[in-house]
Formats: sequence, structure tokens, C-alpha cells
Amino acid sequence: MKAFKNWNARSIAMAVDLARQARADGQSVSFAGGGTDLLQLVKDHIPNRPGQGEPDVLVSLKGIDGPSRIEMTTGGGVTIGALATLTAVSESLVVRDRFNAIAEAAAVVATPQIRNVGTVGGNLAQRPWCWYFRNGFPCYKAGGDRCFSAGGENQLHAIFGGGPSYIVHPSDLAPALVAFGATFRIAGSGGERTVSAPDFFVPPRTDAQHENVLADDEVLVGVDVPAPAAGTRSTYHKIMDREAWTHALSSAAVVMQMDGDVCRRASIVLGGVAPIPWRVPEAEALLAGQRVTPELARRVGEVAVTGARPLAKNAYKVPLTRGVVERTVLALASRA
Amino acid sequence: MDGPQDSSEARRAPSAATSDDPCADLSRRGFIQGGAAALVAAGATPLPGAVGPASDVMREATQVAQGVPTTLLRFTLNGVPQNLTVEDRWTLAELLRDRLEGVSGTKVGCERGECGACTVLVDGAPVYSCSTLAVWMEGRSVLTVEGLAPRGELSPLQRAFIEHNAPQCGYCTSGQLMSATALLERNPSPTADDVRRALVGNLCRCANYNAIVEAVLAAAGTAATGGAE
Repeated sequence: MKAFKNWNARSIAMAVDLARQARADGQSVSFAGGGTDLLQLVKDHIPNRPGQGEPDVLVSLKGIDGPSRIEMTTGGGVTIGALATLTAVSESLVVRDRFNAIAEAAAVVATPQIRNVGTVGGNLAQRPWCWYFRNGFPCYKAGGDRCFSAGGENQLHAIFGGGPSYIVHPSDLAPALVAFGATFRIAGSGGERTVSAPDFFVPPRTDAQHENVLADDEVLVGVDVPAPAAGTRSTYHKIMDREAWTHALSSAAVVMQMDGDVCRRASIVLGGVAPIPWRVPEAEALLAGQRVTPELARRVGEVAVTGARPLAKNAYKVPLTRGVVERTVLALASRA
Repeated sequence: MDGPQDSSEARRAPSAATSDDPCADLSRRGFIQGGAAALVAAGATPLPGAVGPASDVMREATQVAQGVPTTLLRFTLNGVPQNLTVEDRWTLAELLRDRLEGVSGTKVGCERGECGACTVLVDGAPVYSCSTLAVWMEGRSVLTVEGLAPRGELSPLQRAFIEHNAPQCGYCTSGQLMSATALLERNPSPTADDVRRALVGNLCRCANYNAIVEAVLAAAGTAATGGAE
């Protein structure tokens, strides 16, 4: 690997400061959470930040204690440190009890070895897994000016919200966090700021090169999830081309506020089908105030995919996603 | 050289090496290092950071390249405190296999966090050592396959692997053992599905998964209740 310098930061403030100093010296800097994806990019000479070279300096966040905690808030929500591992999230009793879709999403990421190291921040800010980007093509995501999948091998690419880049957002946590109305805390040289989960992710029409609003000097430090209303239940359903160890071909995070067998409110956010976590408000609206019957679930699935615009080789994702939504909604509503 | 005419040679069991066989006492790694020593003796320039032939010396000598960022690393390896200067860019797998002596049981397959051959335990949890930096191990405790048999006595899990023919080519075995060790530590009576889930990040190219699952269940003493389908 390239001979970079690693700094083990002891606090977020120290991490931001180390990064600022290195940048002032003209060096390229990357923050490392779990580092599993970052090291892959460095080994493969793929830019971690679009248009930047390989990092001269890594600022490791691993030694920082506070942002690895998962704590229930006084209001009944949960705050999840961006450095919490995916294993910690999937095993957290608070998350499993009140925010099941988030725990389920964390539990189906990659493998135990990745989940033991990979962090919430890294899962949300990971670069796309498009095979063109990962194989060194000078695409938008690498700082270039093309999307090679648009007219190429696009089996795994977007059916919603694509253009000019057609990547799919690879995070499993992201749809679950959007469905729960989370907000993200970001630290940078200008201090800390907060953005809502949907506003964190950037569609390619706004910015084809970046997947989120993080600036070069910024790092995700935490996720705050508000208390769910009484009667809320949730689940995350991920479809892969094998049973484990890959990204979603299509997935759905569904959060429902139930009153007996009537659904008061629903959030449905799709993964693996769009460059950002993809919310389907028309499908959600069908469920509001309704008893969830198999027929209603079928219509919800149909409406969820009405806006789909598949590419040449990924039309299979349309019926797949329709089925994922239908089944997940029905199963969640029927859960005792 | 490796053509079909050599197949009888290839089939010879390792135990067939007799005492008059000049290779009997040589491990493969020792043989390769001996070759490296011969190169040095012949006047070839050793690579910066390359280890020398004398194993006692090598244990100390994690030589680093000139002008490359380094860090003093303190961590525990198989229960023994370590105090080493490492290059910041070294992965943990690289430190174990290429820079230290006696811990090459950890294998590198894909070198990209996909196959699991490099799995070690960090503070008890399975981790891909190819996808974590050595400098990130500061203050941590690392267990490798060598640590499962500290005085050369195999663990019950290792014995079960042998009894159930869990290794075929054996390349993935040390990684499988580490993931299974962590599982049994956490869950001493796993079901076959628990084992499959715990080992999902360890690929076996020989596809000997059934025997591996059987071995783990046997080690847990639960083989009677759940065979591997």
C-alpha cells in the first residue's frame, strides 16, 4: 500500500484538527472509522474523495470513546454514536426493542468480521459498490464526468432516481434510519451541524460525484432517532442474490404505527434500487388509517414501483421490489 | 514440471518423508527463507524490510523501510505483550505473516476482506486481519490460530476439525477455526444454523462446509442433536 501516515485521534476535535493541519500542509486526508472499506479503496488506488488522490494521511477515529456509545434518550429515542460497530447496533437491546428495523438492517450487513469492525458512520458514508467505480473507471464517483453503467452492465443499478449517475446506495442502515426520521450529527472545522437523514443523502442530479453532504473536512459523529409513537413496529427485509455477504438487490425498511389491526401511519424506504434511500410516499399514504389486508398490501407494492425507470438490464428489480414491499408490509402488519 | 507425469510424487503423503530425506526437517516456510538467505549470500540486495534467515533474530526485527511513516505499537499477541515499530501502512495480516516469526498460520486469500482466510480475533471478536491496520491494534489483544494451541496441544475444536476431515486443502482452516472459536466462546451449544451464520464470512473453496459445520458441532458436544444437512 501507499506509505501513508496514520494518526490515532483521541477525540473528535483532535481528529478534525489533525485533518485540518494535514490539509494545510497540502496533504490528502481520509478519516478512518472501521477502515474496512477505506483500506480497500487505498489498495485499489480508488479515490475515497472524488477527485482527490490516495490519502497521504489517515486520521483513525477508533480510539475515540464517546461516539461509540448507543444510549436511550430521556424522551424514549436513541442516540447511536457514528463509531458504534454494526455488531453493537444489531445486539443493542434498546435498538432491538424499539427500533427493530435498524437492528435487523445492521445484522444483515456483510459478514460478522465486517460487522465487528465496520461502524455506523462508515456504513452510511461508504462509497458505492458499482463495479465500474470499484475497478478504476474514471466515472463521476471517481471525479470523472461519465457513468459507465448507463449504457453498460447495469444489472445491479438504479431503477429510481438515476441520472447522470446510476449507482445504488449500498447502505442497509440508511433506509431504516430514514424510515425512523433520524437526524445525523456532523463535525467539521466549522463546528458541529445537524441534518435530517433524507437531507444527508444527495441525489446525483444535485451532485453526481458525492453521495452525501459531508465536506472534505467533515466527519459523521452520531445519529439521533426520535422516540417512536405508541404501537410502532418495524422491520427490514433485504433481498440478495445469495443468502449472505452481499449488497441488497432490493430492500425495504418499513415502520408502521398500528392501532389494533389498523395502520395509522407508515414509512416505507427502499434500499438497493436508487442512488439514495428511496422513500415511496404514495405507497405510504395508501396505508394510513387502513386495515392491512393482502389486497391492500398488493396495491401498496404496485404503487411503490409505479415511478420505476429500469435500465436495459435491471428490469427484474421492478417486480422484485414490488414483491418485497407487498410481503414486508403484510408480514409486519400481521405480526402478533 | 507439475505435469501429469509427476502425479505419483504429488500423491505421496507428507509422512512418507524418511529420515534420510534431506527435506525431512524443513518446513515449507523454512525452505523459502533458506532460499532467500542463499540469494543474500550470493550478493543480491535484500529488499528493505525483508527478514533474514535466523529465526531468533527475526522475532525482534520488524525492519521498516527508510523514509516511510512508522509508529511504536503496543498490543498483546496470543497473550504475549508486544512492543514493535511498525510501518503505518502495514495491515495486521502483513505484520503477522511477513514481519513476525512463528505466526504465519493466519493466511491471506483475497486480501480484500471477502474470503475470511485471514480471520483473527481482536479482543475476542473475529476480524479480517487483511482489512485492518497493524497500528490500529494499539492496546488491543490479538489471538491467532497459534494461540489456540499455546503449548502445541490442540484445542478440542482443532481436534474435532481433524476427526471430521474439516480441512481439505486447509487454506481456509485457520480462519474457520478463529470464527468458530469466537462462536463457541459466546454460544457453547450452537445449532447447525448458528454455526452456518457464524461462519458466513469464511469461504471454503473446496466447499467442505458440511464437514466444517459437523466439526464445530462435535466440538460443542451437540453433534447428536443437529447434523449438517
